[in-house]
Amino acid sequence: MTPEPLVNQGTSFHADWLDGIRVNKSAVERRTASLGGRRAVKKDSQIAFMLKAVSCIDLTTLAGDDTPGRVRRLCLKARNPVRRDILAKFGMEDMGLTTGAVCVYHSMVPEANETLKGSVPIAAVSTGFPAGLAPMETRLEEIRRSVEAGANEIDIVVTRAHVLTGNWQALYDEVKAFKAACGPALMKTILATGEHGNLTQVGKASMTAMMAGSDFIKTSTGMEGVNATLPVSLVMIRQIRDFFQKTGIKVGYKPAGGIKTAKDAVAYLTLIKEELGTDWLSPDLFRFGASSLLGDLERQLEYHATGGYSASYRHAMG
Amino acid sequence: MTVKEKFESMDYSPALESRANADKWLDANGRSFGLFIDGEWVKPKGAKQFATYAPSTGEKLADITAAGQDDVDAAVAAARKAQGRWALIGGHGRAKYMYALARLVQKHSRVLAVLESLDNGKPIRESRDIDIPLVARHFYHHAGWAELMDEEFPDHEALGVAGQVIPWNFPLLMLAWKVAPALAAGNTVVLKPAEFTSLTALKFAELCVEAGLPKGVVNIVTGEGDTGAMVVNSDVDKVAFTGSTEVGKIIRRAIAGSGKKLTLELGGKSPYIVFEDADIDGAIEGLVDAIWFNQGQVCCAGSRLLVQEGIADRFLEKLKARMSTLRVGTSLDKCIDIGAVVDKTQKDTIERLLADGESQGAVVWKAPCEMPEEGVFFPPTLVTGVGTDNTLYREEIFGPVLTAITFRTQSEAVALANNTRYGLAATVWSESLSRALEVAPALVAGVVWINGTNMFDAAAGFGGRRESGFGREGGREGMLAYMRPRYETALKDWAPVPAPESVAMPKAGSGLDHIDRTAKMYIGGKQARPDGGDSVAIADKKGAFAGLVGDGNYKDIRNAVEAATKAAGWGKSTPHLRAQILYYVAENLSARADEFTDRLKTLTGATQKAAEAEVELSVKRLFSAAAMADKHDGSVHTPPIRGVALAMNEPVGVLGIVCPDEHPLLAFVTLMAYAVAAGNTAVMIPSERYPLLATDFYQVLETSDMPAGVVNIVTGRRDAMAVPMAKHYGVDGIWYFGSREGSAEIEKAAADNMKRTWLNYGKAYDFTSREQMSARGLMERASEVKNIWVPYGDANEGGKSY
Repeated sequence: MTPEPLVNQGTSFHADWLDGIRVNKSAVERRTASLGGRRAVKKDSQIAFMLKAVSCIDLTTLAGDDTPGRVRRLCLKARNPVRRDILAKFGMEDMGLTTGAVCVYHSMVPEANETLKGSVPIAAVSTGFPAGLAPMETRLEEIRRSVEAGANEIDIVVTRAHVLTGNWQALYDEVKAFKAACGPALMKTILATGEHGNLTQVGKASMTAMMAGSDFIKTSTGMEGVNATLPVSLVMIRQIRDFFQKTGIKVGYKPAGGIKTAKDAVAYLTLIKEELGTDWLSPDLFRFGASSLLGDLERQLEYHATGGYSASYRHAMG
Repeated sequence: MTVKEKFESMDYSPALESRANADKWLDANGRSFGLFIDGEWVKPKGAKQFATYAPSTGEKLADITAAGQDDVDAAVAAARKAQGRWALIGGHGRAKYMYALARLVQKHSRVLAVLESLDNGKPIRESRDIDIPLVARHFYHHAGWAELMDEEFPDHEALGVAGQVIPWNFPLLMLAWKVAPALAAGNTVVLKPAEFTSLTALKFAELCVEAGLPKGVVNIVTGEGDTGAMVVNSDVDKVAFTGSTEVGKIIRRAIAGSGKKLTLELGGKSPYIVFEDADIDGAIEGLVDAIWFNQGQVCCAGSRLLVQEGIADRFLEKLKARMSTLRVGTSLDKCIDIGAVVDKTQKDTIERLLADGESQGAVVWKAPCEMPEEGVFFPPTLVTGVGTDNTLYREEIFGPVLTAITFRTQSEAVALANNTRYGLAATVWSESLSRALEVAPALVAGVVWINGTNMFDAAAGFGGRRESGFGREGGREGMLAYMRPRYETALKDWAPVPAPESVAMPKAGSGLDHIDRTAKMYIGGKQARPDGGDSVAIADKKGAFAGLVGDGNYKDIRNAVEAATKAAGWGKSTPHLRAQILYYVAENLSARADEFTDRLKTLTGATQKAAEAEVELSVKRLFSAAAMADKHDGSVHTPPIRGVALAMNEPVGVLGIVCPDEHPLLAFVTLMAYAVAAGNTAVMIPSERYPLLATDFYQVLETSDMPAGVVNIVTGRRDAMAVPMAKHYGVDGIWYFGSREGSAEIEKAAADNMKRTWLNYGKAYDFTSREQMSARGLMERASEVKNIWVPYGDANEGGKSY
């Protein structure tokens, strides 16, 4: 079970908090490009980072052909993500490693609940995922029903038009309404950054979403042409840092889509550690939205456990 | 630490790059190196050796030979012997070798990077990801210049042997910056690495062997400062030095008058300007690349932070937080930002400067970074609470120390940025293109980076203004520093036109058949009497009295320089305006052609035809200068970033121009016209023998809308005034056409503020020659190139799902 989440009650809308946000794309790219060279994560650290990555995965299936059986299999993998003998090699077999959550469509929440019985949090994508263009009433109702069905976390999507037209007040109002509907559930706000015009918009949308009470801000639905990237992540987590400095509230971060390798995962964790600090390296404040990442992490962990490179058939399929 | 503990702490483990291959190479050489002369390794009998250490650990790496005078002479002789053939194999021939060198640097990139980090203390990330790739890039780029030399630089030839002395901060990269253009142009080299960091230069010598480079083309003589002095003073044709301003001045004085070409890349105290409309986090991260790159031991380090007052508190708070996450550690650790300072002596210097600054009131904050227990390390440091008078704000520290100050407005930022004797680089952070592109040209610096810092590329020239040195390395302008126009070696000796021993003054009672003409000086757009109140009698060709001119002294020079400085706005006027005025000068000279023709005949004894030709050619030169004023465009480089580097031609500033006696009108007009066409203001010392042509000429200027102070004329004794002019800190450049001794004096005096000089070294230029007085050539003399790096990009390159 994850610890008690830190809930962000949000602030009122401060237009002036957005005024100073300017993001230079080349500067952002330079930072993310050079970071790998500045922080080589090797040996024990590499193992620890990979295990941490496992613990931060929102193991996800969001496809039109999802069935209860498929979701059940995913949930069982989430509860037992890494082969026990591998964990035993690292002395980690009794740590109760699970993924951070499973992430499914609303209609799959009951099946997930049935399978997991509280052992791993359930996140539901709601609010007209992925485009977010359903009527507001139905989007709000979807949240309420997901929470009622047992979802611990709600991944909402925002109206991209508010971002693209710079209507930050409208974005704030929308997210705030979703937050009210979430009640006790943790709210992760998907900004769909791949559909923003530039990184400055990503920065402003991030800050607005946090003012409106997001517990996590999340890059993507996984359905945009470009999903999580290190540059977009840097922009978003710098806003998280600024929001923390302004309010003392720690908001979490969830990159989603396109993170497939252990190497990618370690790079993300390094970026988080460097820009936000070690506090954020926990499923309370950091998640990967991913499906195939776990397989690569498990293979790499086996390599570190045995010294021989692994093959995917040796690990339980999610 | 167990995995479980690591999982809790999420700390990094040390990630050491393997040094096995570097050690293998050191061992294979018995950890003792000789000199590389004429393609052979030599260990002269009785030669002194000194140890080179790894500053990260203090361990001794190897013994290095200190070359003595005989060794340096042998190296220069070998280079001399090899040079003719090296030039003769042609551009393509040289390109093949240089391409091989570029490839070999890539093939041996890891061992080079490890050696560099071991010997210098810099993080392996920097040597691996920055230094060595730039070295390879430099050889590739210059292999290209070699290939294209005949086509791109017709009528140019190699200088001969280049003596090159390089610093310890980027050992192999500085070698590449020196060696690549020299070889490309057909020179051979004698290079002296810095005594702290010889290893990669010695490894490079091996690569030269591996590439089959002809013997003697590259010679490496290791040693300490005295070896460097031997190289500088040896029989070389070109000296290239990168290092401190102090040593740069010594070198310049030492070779003054020798005619050796010189390029100096010296110190800096480069401003890093952050406007309130900047990407703040980006600018802070940029500082990591500016002043905590290579432990701040970077001549172009952004060491002076100028931050707009309204955002200063928040900025400094964020900066301190960022500094606290920098990791300091041993150079081969792949998990650090900051390595070791090169040597204990350097650390002591940093400490001493900080103590000075603190005693003057500076607040010194050292980031609470975990520091290694052994080795020579210094934490990232921020200095605040200083005025512009503080040592830490003014002096180059060459360490990881940033000094911050605030400004109110854009104009104040520019004024503060330029309030320094240096002028190497500058950085501007603003998301406003209008602002950044207005600020960049206003900064006195050879390189300006917008929204980024410490970006380098072989295609974009690098070099300074003011006491940061002169000459450019990289790009077209860098190639020109290693060649000369072919006509240069054929120039004949210059001699002044002697004045008659005495001037035959008018006899008593001879009458006055005309109104007395007064030739004054011309300063700040006004005719001015000489400060000293004395005049000199000028004789005509027969020795008869032709008129009096003011006997100028250093005070007249001072007044003229003041006027020229006040007229600096000329450099910011449009080239179109400058062209119009020069055309108008030509028009007005042409209208008075007969008068000038007569004057030339009377004074110089020229025939009617020759005098007419001189006037006509003078008119033509004014037209050429006017024509070129709006055509001496810069260029746009495409370095390997998403962005451009704008190479802008800028005026040198205030030019002091000392004219020869021959072709007294033409030489005066030619030099003046191109100086002002490029946007300079000029203090002209006309021919000592025939000054009346210049004093006649100011009436032409007065009728041609030439703004006050753009051209100033001070008559009198050439050399007596040239030296005070060369010593004047307000003069940015000097052109001198006089004796060899005079040239030496000028060069010596000009060393203090590193004036750019064009000296004739006692040779006679032919002012009638179109080749020697080519419009482009003269505009290049009258300009400095500034490279403005503009990375761009804003679009979020996302795709659509449907």
